[in-house]
Amino acid sequence: MATKQVIHGIYDDEVPLLEGCKKLRDAGIRIKEVFSPFPIHGIDPIIGVPRTRIAITAFLYGLTGCSLATWMMWYMMVSDWPTDIGGKPSFEYYMAMPAFIPITFESTVFCAAHGMALTYLLRCWLVPGAKAKNPDPRTTDDKFMIYLELNDEQATAAEGILRTTGASEVNHKGIITEKEH
Amino acid sequence: MSNLNFTIPAKAKMFTYILMAVGLISIIAAFLTDAPHEPDAHYHQNRAWANIFVNSFFFMSIALAAAFFLGLQYAAEAGWATTVKRITEAVAWYLPYGLSFMLLLFILGQAGVHHIYSWMTPGIADVASPNYDAVVAGKIGYFGWFWWVRTLLYMVGWLYFTNKLRKNSIAADAVSDDTHHWKNVKLSAWFMVLFAVTSSTSAWDWLMSIDVHWFSTLYGWYMFAGMWVSAIITIIMLVVWLKKLGYMEFVTESTIHDLGKWMFAISFLWTYLYFSQFMLIWYSDIPEEVIYYKARWDHYKPLMWTVLLVNFAFPMILLMSRDSKRNFWFLTIVGTIIFVGHWLDVIMMVMPGTVGHHWNGLSWMEFGTFLGFLGLFINVLLRNLASRPLMVKNHPYLDESVHHTT
Repeated sequence: MATKQVIHGIYDDEVPLLEGCKKLRDAGIRIKEVFSPFPIHGIDPIIGVPRTRIAITAFLYGLTGCSLATWMMWYMMVSDWPTDIGGKPSFEYYMAMPAFIPITFESTVFCAAHGMALTYLLRCWLVPGAKAKNPDPRTTDDKFMIYLELNDEQATAAEGILRTTGASEVNHKGIITEKEH
Repeated sequence: MSNLNFTIPAKAKMFTYILMAVGLISIIAAFLTDAPHEPDAHYHQNRAWANIFVNSFFFMSIALAAAFFLGLQYAAEAGWATTVKRITEAVAWYLPYGLSFMLLLFILGQAGVHHIYSWMTPGIADVASPNYDAVVAGKIGYFGWFWWVRTLLYMVGWLYFTNKLRKNSIAADAVSDDTHHWKNVKLSAWFMVLFAVTSSTSAWDWLMSIDVHWFSTLYGWYMFAGMWVSAIITIIMLVVWLKKLGYMEFVTESTIHDLGKWMFAISFLWTYLYFSQFMLIWYSDIPEEVIYYKARWDHYKPLMWTVLLVNFAFPMILLMSRDSKRNFWFLTIVGTIIFVGHWLDVIMMVMPGTVGHHWNGLSWMEFGTFLGFLGLFINVLLRNLASRPLMVKNHPYLDESVHHTT
């Protein structure tokens, strides 16, 4: 069983925070989490967040939407009950293709957007009634926080880095125990 | 600070002169060889003239779209593109050249030298004349002198705003406050209003009136999307090229990535408008509307499909990922192909109404004329770039733009 210190490094601005993150990473210190009132562009590679896979899910949801719409229209308009609308041929799907494109497009966008949003919300567990995971409510207003869980040796180094890069507060929030892997 | 004073490499200058020479020879050769394959009273070296028209318009429209893009950044008070502002200005200031070509073509058309606009034919609205056309006679009030008033209004209006924006931008370098910037913001707001109306109406007047029996309200936006994406591609290519030469290292990868996003997004805007126009006409199947696509489908089918595939499917597949928009070589190659795709799109707008069924596919005439105008276009752009520092000074959003990350 190892013990770790919980440290909140609070900044007033995102630029010094980014600088602090860079220095911490250079010193080999793992950043557990960063809390910010708004998305900070370009922070992901700096704090070592792996590349998001949301784009891949978006593509898959889009593909699903596209296929579903195509199958639906083919079944309704061509296979099950061929319908003459405005004299457009209904013998094969491709013959009235332009008429099907808007629906295919809308369905693709609908599925991709909703699928992506739901995936994001579920993955972050932002569901109704979910407990706020934000350790300091001020980071929803005007403060920026680097959240660290470190052993004693690293904690001293980290505190120095936080102070020198302009953290307005460095708060020690107790000690947690963690199972050895 | 890096070297902000661009000097045109001798090789590049030579290259543009070679292109212009090729173009000039092609144009002369086109006039010597362009004759109809069968007697046709309406065919007077239409293809040679139409080629000049296509390229005059295409490059003029790029400059116009660059001026619009410049104004858009001001009006939206957007900061990200400040580092490429001078490039946008250089592209926009091809406008006087482009508009001169257009004006010359209009005057020659009115004088009866070429027959691009059938409504300019004398006696077209006169019942007694053999040239009488009942459909054109019905809307002749919109053409004639009124058309000329509009045309001159577009030219004067666009040049006024582009020149003012440019002058203020130069003047801003010399003073330490940002009064010139705010002047430009106000100017741009008015320019956006003018442009919103005139971009559509000029497309109707200058291009749609070639197929004078036909009409489409969407046409202007469709044209506008095409010119806009071409302008963005031009800006991207210049930035990448200048970076390669060692200038403009202050333009971040993120700025180019964002320009790439524009290229991607406007390709979709173009497709959306292209398809909206096509589908409504296809669906309602009214003869007076379908005639536009009928002419293209019968004699220009390969080109019609090429334009759609190159300008839609191509950017969709190749520019979707983030990595492709951050790879400069990839961006340049894809950009080049889309650029040609939009040039082909203008060919598709002009040729069926002028060359018609005499068309026998793309030939050296098209490519030769294109290269000539391209040479002139690049030459003017390079001289514009060399005439001023590559970076603005005292711009309130400069710092934001230099540190732009996405």
